Parts: sequence; structure tokens; C-alpha cells
Amino acid sequence: MSNSQLQPFIAAIEQADSPTRLIGAVRALAAARLEAGIPTLIQVLGYNNPGAALAAVEGLVQLGRVAVEPLLEQIDGYNYGARAYAIRVLAAIADPRALSVLLSAAATDFAPSVRRAAIKGLGNLQWQALPMQQRTQAQTEVLNVLLDVSADPDWAIRYAAVVGLQALGESAIEWRTRQAVSDRLCQIEQSDRDPVTQARAKLARDRLSAVSSPPFPVCC
Amino acid sequence: MVDFNSDQQVERSPEMPAGASPLTADLAIAHLRHEDLSLRYYAAWWLGKYQICDSAAVTALIAALEDESDRTELGGYPLRRNAARALGKLADTRAVPGLIRCLDCSDFYVREAAAQSLGMLGDCSCIPALIRLLDGGVEVAQFVPGRPHLAQPYEAVIEALGALGATEAIDLIRPFVDHPVARVQYAATRAMYQLTQEPTYGDQLVQALNSNDVQLRRTALSDLGAIGYAPAAEAIAASATENSFKLFALKGLLEHQLRSSSNETLAPRAIEIIGLMDTLL
Repeated sequence: MSNSQLQPFIAAIEQADSPTRLIGAVRALAAARLEAGIPTLIQVLGYNNPGAALAAVEGLVQLGRVAVEPLLEQIDGYNYGARAYAIRVLAAIADPRALSVLLSAAATDFAPSVRRAAIKGLGNLQWQALPMQQRTQAQTEVLNVLLDVSADPDWAIRYAAVVGLQALGESAIEWRTRQAVSDRLCQIEQSDRDPVTQARAKLARDRLSAVSSPPFPVCC
Repeated sequence: MVDFNSDQQVERSPEMPAGASPLTADLAIAHLRHEDLSLRYYAAWWLGKYQICDSAAVTALIAALEDESDRTELGGYPLRRNAARALGKLADTRAVPGLIRCLDCSDFYVREAAAQSLGMLGDCSCIPALIRLLDGGVEVAQFVPGRPHLAQPYEAVIEALGALGATEAIDLIRPFVDHPVARVQYAATRAMYQLTQEPTYGDQLVQALNSNDVQLRRTALSDLGAIGYAPAAEAIAASATENSFKLFALKGLLEHQLRSSSNETLAPRAIEIIGLMDTLL
């Protein structure tokens, strides 16, 4: 990657003298899809300019796996707002190297919107990127966190947990993981206090029985 | 344009008074008669927040609607406001006569809280009293000089009439669709949809999602969620607001779909709405 390619984009971001110009400059860098631009895009997440941050999020998600390591390296020293955006990016890229960061965001982040994104991301991880012997272990950890958050007082967290459980059910290797997913979805469908979350669990079970071979475990 | 934030400050959850111990239902009920007025005020809010549907709580809150001890500089009744708000959340229609009397209170915010709670309690006996607050129509629905609010809590009254299915109020509400204050317009549009089921009103709220003011876009979202206007789903998902607001509005649409189909299987439109909700997580 040549520095000369990147330099004009960075100069435009540094020289932006209004929020609108900054957003335009970040969009341009994001659209260029330069691997060397990743650190700058990550910095923008902390600029307290939502439009620019969203452009950077989009750019990072499109770059995909190459952005994961730099994100994980830089995530700790960042402010809360920047961390929230970083979690969203990691959830969307779905690389299992982000597993432990997503697990803790799903369980303990202060912002419900970040928790929802992390929870959905956990179900969606690209398991095939992990060596076989780590896959079952990782899926067990994800299952345990999803089961925990599926009892959260906030309906939208439980709804996200159902979406995560459905995705995990679709890709689970071990039979007992699939059985645990099936049992929990069944409970939610029958007894969650929120009818929308119940309906989502019903849809999850319909989808799982439609795609699954061998047949998804029946419960209750 | 009016700054509605100054109104909304009274809606925020109060700070726990200094030195107060954590509440239980019994303690909160006792505190409603405590000599420390800040404890009364906090207890009334707490009983509503935690939905203490205990009969003694309802009785004590109804008594607090007549409170004379807690007054603001402008003559407002803070404890009455909180008691009226709490009673809306406790689903006990014994509160209805007291709340109807509150519609004549000199404090605008007591009238507003009472109208909101009457809309939530679902008892139609309050409809004539609510309709009376629309006397004089749009012409008298002006700002009170020096205050951040209109002569009456039109938004709350009209939303309550819509929620209660008060079709006898349709002709009185319709002119408010053109009220100069956008939030009153939206409330009227929302109620007109509920009372007539005419899609043109739902579509007007969809148009309001394009407002330049993010507060108004959020209001339109919550109105669409409240009326469960299914054709709005895609426009809601695409609107320029935070995902949380969009998710809540779509939840309202989906609840409406689930209520209106007795079917065991999910309707195709319900599944489409779920698909949109999933993208907003």
C-alpha cells in the first residue's frame, strides 16, 4: 500500500473545517477501501460526529476481516461512544476473533443498543473461520451468554437473544447445543410476557425446523 | 417554535430525596402522608413506576389528587401531577372520578396528567369531560402568554379520546389536524386514524417522518407505533432516527398485527415487520 494513495484522504479529514466537510472526507476514505486507511477510520469513531462515525462504520464493515485486529487492538483506550461503534463493526464483520469482546459487550455493556448489536453478532459469527476443536467450545460460551440475556428485563434484549439463538441453532455443531436452543425458544414462545418476543421465538422455531437437516430437535 | 423540553422536565423521574431509605410498597404508601413533601412527591412517582397495583396504594393516590400542601411558585400542584400520572399505570378504574375532577384543576400539568391517565385506564365514562376541554375549538387553542403550553393539554386530551374510541368526538378533533403546533397536529391525525381507520391519516404521519426536526420524527414514530399502521413499516425502518425509536415503533405495528389475527401461524406481513426489526438490532 503506497502512502501517496492514502495521503490526500487523510489531509482532507485533517483539514475539514465543518462537520459536513468531515463527513464528506470520511465517506471518500471509506469508499476508497484502503487497508492503510483503517487506523484513520477507527480514529473517526471517537470524533463525536455521528455522521462521520457512521460513514467510518460502513467503511470498516466493508473492509471486513482485515479491520478486526486493528479494532481489537485499539478498542480499550477509546471513549464509550467510540467503543459502541467499534462493537457494531465487529458484530457486523462477524469474525470469531472478536468473540470475547462481543461476549462481554452482550452481557454487560451500559448501552442497550450496543448489547443488542453484540447479541445478534454472537449468533452470527463465522464459525468456519475457527479451527474445529475451538468451534464447539466457542459455541458453548455463546450459548451460555445468549441463554442469560434471554431472561433480561428489557424486551428488546430478549428479542435480540431470540435472533441470536436462531442463528446459533442454524450453525450449531453439537446436538446438545441445538437441543438447548430449541428448549429455550420453546419456553419463550409459550411464556414470555411480551407478545412480540413470543412471536419472534415462534418464527425462530419455524425457521429452524425448515432449514435443519437432520430435523431440529422438538421440545416441550 | 416552542421548546417542549421545558415541559418535559416535569416528566423526568425525580431524584431520590436526600436521606430517604429505599422504598417498599408499604413504605411508599405511608410516605404519601409524610410531613416531608419531597418524600410524598417521590413516593407517588415510585408507586407508578413500579406499578404497585395494591388497593391501598390506589386509595392513597386518589386522596393525593386533592392535595393542597405541595404548591409551586406559580400555583402548581406537584404531588397531584405525580399521583395522576401514577394512577394511569395502575389499571384501577376507581381512580376515574378523581381524575375527571382533575380535568378542572387550575394547574395545566395536572390536567395533562389526568387526561393521559384517563386514556390509559380505558373507562369511557370520562369521554364527555375530556370533550369539554376542546370547547372553543382550534380558535381558543392558543399559547397561554408567558407559559410554554397551550390553554389546554390538547395533545393529551385528543390522544386519550382516540385511544378510548370516542367516535362522537370526530367532528371536534378533525379541525385540530391543521393546528399550528405540529405535536397537536400529529395527536389529532393519530386519533382521527384510530376513530375512522382512514389510511389518509396514517399516510400523513408517514409523511411526518420526513420532518427536519428530529424530535418531531420521533413523535411521528411513536404515533405510528401507537396506531399500529402496518403500511408504515418500511418508512419507519428507513427514517433518520435512532434504532431504538424505530424498533419500538415497529413493535407497535407488530403487536397490532398479532392482535388482529387469531391465526396460529404468523401472517406474511407480520413476518415482514419482524424482518425489518431484525435489521435494527
